[in-house]
Amino acid sequence: MALLTLLAVVTVAIIMQRSLFGVVVLFSIYSFLMASVMMVLDAVDVAMTEASVGAGVSTVIFLATLHLIKTTEMRQVNVKLAPMLLSVVTGGALIWGSMILPPFGRASNPIHQHVAPHYLENSIKETTVPNVVTSVLADYRGFDTLGETTVIFTAGIGVLLLLRGARRRGRNGEDRDAS
Amino acid sequence: MNFDLILRIGAKLVLPFILLFALYVQFHGDYGPGGGFQAGVIAASMVILVSITFGLQNARRIAPQGMVETMVPLGVLIFASVGVAGLAMGKNFLDYSVLSGDPRHGRHLGILLVEAGVFVTVSGTMIALFYAFVERGR
Repeated sequence: MALLTLLAVVTVAIIMQRSLFGVVVLFSIYSFLMASVMMVLDAVDVAMTEASVGAGVSTVIFLATLHLIKTTEMRQVNVKLAPMLLSVVTGGALIWGSMILPPFGRASNPIHQHVAPHYLENSIKETTVPNVVTSVLADYRGFDTLGETTVIFTAGIGVLLLLRGARRRGRNGEDRDAS
Repeated sequence: MNFDLILRIGAKLVLPFILLFALYVQFHGDYGPGGGFQAGVIAASMVILVSITFGLQNARRIAPQGMVETMVPLGVLIFASVGVAGLAMGKNFLDYSVLSGDPRHGRHLGILLVEAGVFVTVSGTMIALFYAFVERGR
């Protein structure tokens, strides 16, 4: 509960913060808090990913981006009504939807009845891998992980092309055929 | 560039342990928490730390740009070819049990190979992105 309260506080601070450098630091803090929440929920693998990706590398990437752009957020000129209404309605719908979810962590929930018991019981028998997270990720759900890896590949190639392509044409538009 | 001496010495002390921890997370992922994704990010963060403290040139000597950019598609290729190996041996795509005589060890081996593929793509992408951003800023 304390962690969740801190998360809410950091979120409000991110919204209020005008300096983008401060926002990046707060993002990093948010990720570390999230990693702690995952630790409390016994999801060590997810906590590790959150700490290394969310708090580590993405902070560095954000700082590198700040190096390229201005570091203060522009002042909002006028409050736009339609986007605010849209986000309020979407948020309300999500909260309303979460009302009919089964209670958190109950053993008889549908998610614990389908394939999860099979994975838990047979992971060592079938794959000799004691960490069920790894065996589910790489074996039982290998196709998903292949898709994830392809997503990283595609996203990386896309960003590289965007950054490189602009550089090759030269910043002032002159043709500077660097290779 | 003129950087803080303490920062440099501190980074030098920490660097080998970061890489060692990345390898531990990679190869111990089937027993403890971790796996290719986390290990790839940790390994990439080592190169990024070198780049921040010792400059881009020194980082490029550890992880040359060409190598890093080859790693981006290479990992996906490793992953997919492990899957195709299952197809070639008459089983389903990504069925690792054909990789060894004992299907259980085949699946274990398959997991290790696939995690290696994830590691290669993730670390390559992270380092390549960082290089691209730094280059753009100059």
